[in-house]
Amino acid sequence: MSETLLSLSGIGRSFGALKAVDDVTLDVPTGARHALIGPNGAGKSTLFKLITGALPVTAGTVALAGSDITRLSEHQRAQRGISQTLQHSSLFLTQTVLQNVLLAAQRQHRTRHSLVPRRQAAAVDRARALLTDVGLEHRAGTPVATLSHGERRQVEVAVALACEPRLLLLDEPAAGMSPAESSRLVGLLQSLPRSVTLVIVEHDLDVVFALADTVTVLHLGRVLLTGTADEVRTSAAVQEAYLGPGREALFLDGSGPAHLEVS
Amino acid sequence: MSVIPDSSVEPAAPGTGAATTTPASRGSMLLRRGAPLLVLVVALAAMPLFVAPFTANTLSRILIFALFAVSLDLLVGITGLPSLGHAAYFGVGAYTAGLVSIHWTSEAPVPVLLAAVAGAVAAAATGWLAVRSGGVYFLMLTLAIGELTHQLATRLSSVTGGSNGLFGIPSIRVGGEPMILAGFVYWYVLAVALLGFLGLWLVAHSPFGGALRGIRDNEPRMRSLGYSPFRYKFVAFILAGGFAGLAGGLFAGLLRIVNPSDAAFTTSALMLLAVVLGGAGTLWGPVLGAAVVVLVRDTFGPQLDGHGPLLLGIVFVVAVYALPRGFAGLAGLVPRRRRAPAGAA
Repeated sequence: MSETLLSLSGIGRSFGALKAVDDVTLDVPTGARHALIGPNGAGKSTLFKLITGALPVTAGTVALAGSDITRLSEHQRAQRGISQTLQHSSLFLTQTVLQNVLLAAQRQHRTRHSLVPRRQAAAVDRARALLTDVGLEHRAGTPVATLSHGERRQVEVAVALACEPRLLLLDEPAAGMSPAESSRLVGLLQSLPRSVTLVIVEHDLDVVFALADTVTVLHLGRVLLTGTADEVRTSAAVQEAYLGPGREALFLDGSGPAHLEVS
Repeated sequence: MSVIPDSSVEPAAPGTGAATTTPASRGSMLLRRGAPLLVLVVALAAMPLFVAPFTANTLSRILIFALFAVSLDLLVGITGLPSLGHAAYFGVGAYTAGLVSIHWTSEAPVPVLLAAVAGAVAAAATGWLAVRSGGVYFLMLTLAIGELTHQLATRLSSVTGGSNGLFGIPSIRVGGEPMILAGFVYWYVLAVALLGFLGLWLVAHSPFGGALRGIRDNEPRMRSLGYSPFRYKFVAFILAGGFAGLAGGLFAGLLRIVNPSDAAFTTSALMLLAVVLGGAGTLWGPVLGAAVVVLVRDTFGPQLDGHGPLLLGIVFVVAVYALPRGFAGLAGLVPRRRRAPAGAA
């Protein structure tokens, strides 16, 4: 593969005595489709926050395309091309679907600083095109507050793509989506150009294995394994992490439900 | 003016919208929106021909406080920064215009322009710190800034006239001629205030204003989209301070005396009241709010043995219960009903 886009070197984050992310080292090449999986509490969402800068690291360094971004703030990292969808939908509820996407799309244009009303034809066109891609063009004028959960997730994806990211972090993008919405999302993500690197956290393994060429399994804040989908499927360590010792192959041979949630 | 982000979203049909709006339809939209506004401006301009000088004076005061209230609405309603010390910049503008008029020139528009600049500079100097905080800390910091300004105005008596106020401000001059008649002063106030309203409206409806609303609604999200909330809030604070300074400059020209109380918390609180009464975030609502505040305090108050503030308090309590979204909430009911069939189609 090509050069490394995202490089995490020994990063960690502690909350008091709890090490939510502990000494994680990970290289994601440009154009990769990389999945992060692990039981609840494995530190996946925290790791995302360390990459985006929403949380500062307590150890290690984060580099994007070779330059150290550890000390950059969240908005500076976003300006460098890191975009994300959040696990819990975080949209502007009183604004319309199009306005939500437009706020992200206009960030790419110089007009965002304008102090007088400006025609943002390019940004509006781009926002509408993205809404068509995620299948929400007919909802453009609808306030986000009135959308279903699944539709809000789709808006999230459109917003993230409107930022024209180099690195797109998707935190459970398919959660709460219907099977049809979910497969549309997979199709959309598969069609993204390889100039966009994807890192995805997802419990739905159908989505993970449909998209990812590399999978990293996190457990208790540490990297348990990084490998191909097949390597992860057959790993005894992964099965033990999810299901406890001595309970192999219940889920991961594909015979059971495709969810790795531990209740 | 169909180019604003808000209106560009309104056409629901896919593929149309602001990007493809024809010049003709834009023109008709402009006419539809502009015509009532033009009638209002003409009516306002004609006022001095029909009313007594005292009434013209009251109207001038309403316009000034309306501009002040709308500048506060840019902070409170649009950016989500409830300031308790906005009168500081109004006061800085008023003292600047007064001092400029006394010591240099009262030729329009020099005093008000310098007042706006002084308000903006004062806002830049203090906002640098204030907008870094949020919630109750922002309230306390702006309260402190307001009180500090009030104290400075009282203590620096050699410059500001202290608690006696800055008096002896010459009347505004246009082309060297002093404007004495209330009607002429009113026209001057109206012209400057309208320019101020236009400036604030443009800011609120610009892409920059859209980002401010985004920060108000969801600051963490804006950060993750690559916006620097600090920078946007800081610029909004400076602009609001500048427009408050402009209003203060007009105030000094109208009353020809500036008191420390003009920069005090009571003035800030009255304007906050005007914004809440009118409907925060609507810009035009606070204009009505300011009119109510000025009328109740200055016109009805004296008839109630100086119990104007009590009446204002009652009006406020009633309004909060009956009109949770301010006067603007009343108007919101009508267009929504009218728009409903289009939305359902």
